[in-house]
Amino acid sequence: MDDSVRRESGGYIGQSVPRREDKNLLLGQGNFVADIQLPGMVHAAFARSPLPHAKIVSVDVTAARAMDGVCFAASGDDVMAALPPINGMQVVAPQGWRDRVDTDILIPDQPLIPNDKLRYVGEAFALVVADSRYIAEDALELIEPDLKALQPLPDAESALVDGAPLVHEHLGRNVAAFLHAKKGAGAEGLEAASHRLKRRFVHHRYAAMPMECRGVVADYDTRTDTLTIWSSTQVVHWVRREVATALGMPEERVRCIAPDVGGGFGGKGHVYPEDILVAWLAREIGRPVKWVEDRHEHILNAAHSRDNIYDVEIGFDDDGKILALTSSFLVDSGAYTPVGAGIAGNSIAHMLGPYHIENYETDCKVVLTNRTPNAPYRGAGRPEVAFAMERSVDLVANHLGLDPAEVRFRNMIPPEDMPYEVGLTYRDGVAMVYDSGDYPSALRSALAELGGLETIRQRQKDALSEGRYLGLGLGCYVEGTGVGPFEGATVKIDPTGKIMVATGACPQGQGHETIFAQFAADMWQVPIDDVFVTVADTGHVTQGYGTIASRSTVTASGAIKLATDEVHEKVFAIAANLLETAETDLELRDAGVGVKGVPDMHVSYRDIATAAKPGWGHQRPDGVVAGLESTSYYEPPTVTWSYAANATLVEIDPETGQIAIEKYVEVHDAGVLVNPKLADGQVKGGLVQGLGGALLEELAYDDHGQLLTGSLMDYLLPSASDVPPLAVIHQETPSLLNAFGVKGLGEGGAIAPPVVIANAVCDALRPFKAELNSTPVRWAEIAMFFDQNG
Amino acid sequence: MKPASFDHLLPTSLHEALEMLNTHAPDARPLAGGQSLVPMMNFRLARPTVLVDLNRISDLAYISDAGDHLAIGAMTRERTIENSGLVRTATPLLYDATLHIGHLPIRSRGTIGGSLSNADPAAEYPATVLALDATLVAQSVRGERTIPAAEFFDGVMTTTLEPDEILTEIRMPKAPPGSGSALVEISRRHGDFALAGVAAQITLDGNSVTDIRLAACGVGPGPIRLAESEMILRERGLSDDALAAAGGAAAAATDPDGDVHATAAYRRKLAGVMTKRAVGKAAARARQSA
Amino acid sequence: MTAKRSITVIVNGECLTGEAEPRMLLADFLRDELRRTGTHVGCEHGVCGACTVIIDGDAVRSCLMFAVQADGAEISTIEGLATNGEMHPLQKLFSEHHALQCGFCTPGMLMTAIDLVHNSNDHSPGAIRIGMSAALCRCTGYVGIIDAVMEYARQVHGDPAVTGDETGGGRHDG
Repeated sequence: MDDSVRRESGGYIGQSVPRREDKNLLLGQGNFVADIQLPGMVHAAFARSPLPHAKIVSVDVTAARAMDGVCFAASGDDVMAALPPINGMQVVAPQGWRDRVDTDILIPDQPLIPNDKLRYVGEAFALVVADSRYIAEDALELIEPDLKALQPLPDAESALVDGAPLVHEHLGRNVAAFLHAKKGAGAEGLEAASHRLKRRFVHHRYAAMPMECRGVVADYDTRTDTLTIWSSTQVVHWVRREVATALGMPEERVRCIAPDVGGGFGGKGHVYPEDILVAWLAREIGRPVKWVEDRHEHILNAAHSRDNIYDVEIGFDDDGKILALTSSFLVDSGAYTPVGAGIAGNSIAHMLGPYHIENYETDCKVVLTNRTPNAPYRGAGRPEVAFAMERSVDLVANHLGLDPAEVRFRNMIPPEDMPYEVGLTYRDGVAMVYDSGDYPSALRSALAELGGLETIRQRQKDALSEGRYLGLGLGCYVEGTGVGPFEGATVKIDPTGKIMVATGACPQGQGHETIFAQFAADMWQVPIDDVFVTVADTGHVTQGYGTIASRSTVTASGAIKLATDEVHEKVFAIAANLLETAETDLELRDAGVGVKGVPDMHVSYRDIATAAKPGWGHQRPDGVVAGLESTSYYEPPTVTWSYAANATLVEIDPETGQIAIEKYVEVHDAGVLVNPKLADGQVKGGLVQGLGGALLEELAYDDHGQLLTGSLMDYLLPSASDVPPLAVIHQETPSLLNAFGVKGLGEGGAIAPPVVIANAVCDALRPFKAELNSTPVRWAEIAMFFDQNG
Repeated sequence: MKPASFDHLLPTSLHEALEMLNTHAPDARPLAGGQSLVPMMNFRLARPTVLVDLNRISDLAYISDAGDHLAIGAMTRERTIENSGLVRTATPLLYDATLHIGHLPIRSRGTIGGSLSNADPAAEYPATVLALDATLVAQSVRGERTIPAAEFFDGVMTTTLEPDEILTEIRMPKAPPGSGSALVEISRRHGDFALAGVAAQITLDGNSVTDIRLAACGVGPGPIRLAESEMILRERGLSDDALAAAGGAAAAATDPDGDVHATAAYRRKLAGVMTKRAVGKAAARARQSA
Repeated sequence: MTAKRSITVIVNGECLTGEAEPRMLLADFLRDELRRTGTHVGCEHGVCGACTVIIDGDAVRSCLMFAVQADGAEISTIEGLATNGEMHPLQKLFSEHHALQCGFCTPGMLMTAIDLVHNSNDHSPGAIRIGMSAALCRCTGYVGIIDAVMEYARQVHGDPAVTGDETGGGRHDG
């Protein structure tokens, strides 16, 4: 195969290699969970709670079970008798974090189907399995639940009222976690500040909403006592672990595969009850079982996110230098907390952003309510603190009559101070150190892309004199990426000489198969088509972690490198043996190993693979064991730090409050970019999601705990005509923490848009001293500022 | 979700369809484009036991020039209306309204009769037929009757059709020579239902308004004829003051509900703004055609 | 339960017969009965567009039609775009412009685009952006999709090259 591309370009890393994933998907030959059809397959459906909080008196599935075409039915009693709840701590925070962040954590376990209470609208109370989904839904209508409505806790504040009912009685409280962290003098640092401002910021509830809903197919093979599960998930190894635990099987007898996954963005980043239930059903019934949720089910059950309230106080001097910051915040976690205090932990760590702030103190309550459970969605706690911090910075500027851009420059950590010790502990238990970056340069570039600060302010002035309202919105953040605990990879040289790579990463559109082929092709000096990559299959990598938290580029490449290094050693040793030279005379070239400077002395990987075989006729030197494979685990030392500066210019329609976005700029730095085109796609995709969160998307609950936005007619996703002119500029400041200099970037685009839009609108409305301190940004509220001011 | 079971009947003539609707009343429903009914059925919010599918009755889809009006068969697809040169020239307000309906794939199936019968308060066609005082023709086994648009809409998603009646024809008055029209609406995204919209047709003589027709959508239980605003503009012309007053009158004439997308107060305000903008746009077009 | 009927459709030029009860959605009929899983189901309420196919020349949401209504129809799906192993020009452009990430919306995007480009009169960037807002994508932010469809429109209609500026988003009135 022609190696000229790699040779001419100096390697695949850094090239916008076309995606190998595209062909199947474009031809309509993708394989999503809903596409899987197995002989004898039956279909599951779940009966779901219409009430946010109810005691289950009884659930009678007899009539449903008796229906023609139904082969199985179960109530909560049946399920609780057979299966334990999912351990509430799907993610266990390391001791290092718990040592340095004050925590008081009580996480409820999640029953697969409860038999005591229903705790949110949508929670399952029974299931049926039938010949088709159509029949299964008919059968659901024959189930009569006897439910006694309980007083609902429709939001976090109601759950904290003295005497409020408890979501989980056995916890004795509605707070799943109290957290507290401090830097420097903490709150006391406010006392020295000549100016102090206090504000409340509210970040509303919205969600990942991938185009593909969740789905699981499970098949139990009696002969081998093996369960195979296909799940639209981001964490195949977690699913395997939970299923094996629940069903009392060795993990090695449970295989979980994520085939093509139609988007995840965090919403598929933990184990759901259905992952385990469908597996159990397959073994119970003895037939393959398929469950694919519909969109309404998805909106009610797939994890929601954000939904935070921040009370912030900021202390600063006459120059706008921020001296101290305190925040007290609530996370409305809904009825369960599948990822524990993960989001809140992220928020605590990310609040200070790219600024040097010496005193900081924060406390948090992760509150249980009767809403859908809250789990990470693209940004995972960072958008919420970026909103609070970046609004605060603008408020500081407004208070002093300074330009918000200037206040940012005055507080930003300069590049010469990098690596910068933050004075806080990250979720991985390690003291935070921003590894590399140039924050002021990113902001300068963003402003330049919009014409430069002076020009912008002049345009704004001129517009105002014509009765037009232009605003500049800014938002800067940092993002810890590539978090541990680890990722796994297996690298093998196939007998045909091809490079086989398998890793625990679970892509949902990121292009991992292409990216990791790029890494491996460079590591092995082969044309990229000689590399075969398998992802998201527990059958191929013994231990893996999965794709969440912007981690796979960093962690999977790290694991692939470790495994490659191990195999390299053997390859060189065997090649030296075959070529009868010293290892130091050898180099990788032409899909094999050759003697430096001697073109004819070369052995291919195929030859080496043959020589490596066990048994008669092998050509391994003494001390080199058979086989050319290694399974390795990369345990990152800590996170790498990506960052960005966002800027936008908007114009407000005074009559309607509508916002026209002239241009939205993001200057984004995620270290070395492996595939620039794909990186760009990630940032832009995230950015448009962020705009959705800023302006369109909302999971609205009424005072009775009912979700008002239960379909895509009401939950508004951005469409093509909602995308303003975008400019994404990539800076590449390599990370110091790994061999490739890479950082993670999956989440970045979604972090800043809500605060950037809010800041832009407030900037446009500065003549009215308008403040918008919550999301979503609503036209009606903007229009009101004009009405109130004539 | 999947729909509940139903029996599907496929008449090939109007007569057959009407017989079926009569026989299977009240649980039978006619199926036109399905773009509103089928989602409701997929949610199991609508559960007809019998669907009388009108889609193979070719006699019900036509656009013909009937002199002072266009006669449009009820099963004419919105897409066909959009592509019709005749509609564009003879009833430009109907063309403008069509552009705002959802997206092209919705318009491939959606029909004018279906949209009017569905009577969604935020839909564009109801406001359009009301503004132009169109005549709607309905048929059942008992015969045919004509219904003025002003007597057709009867509350949220409700019309004065009998359960076994269907619309067969819409008679759209042609736009007077020298007139201009526009449908202006505000929605959260392109193609979404209007938070507020106004259909306007105006005929000018110099600066005087000789004829004006205004109807709003999205701001009441059904489309609302803005008679007060029309009067103000007829009397006072198109000065800024007159437009502001017309907008104020429109806002006062509305009776919107609030929901997650907009409060009642905001919709009311938008009704006023849309009135001014629709009138302005229609007037500009009238001047262009002069 | 009402009895199943035999339905014959011509899918991508191939005559296929299957069975469906009246309530079976066309999308499910194509996917589960005829085993053409290229068409995807994202919402079943006609909003997301992933299920869009072309029926008798027009793009239609297959989740809003019953299979029984499509008896005798000519249906084009994503599986029929490539010919003799050669990708359709629009498919190639999608790959070049990185117009897909997870690929779930892609079938609906392609069919929506083909109808839009071939059957509408306005091929300006603004009209294309509006036309393509018929189908939702959660991964790409639409940038590559719009670029690919605009270039396809240029290929089909021979419009002069347009650089960049289309109408921005965020306002929808008029």
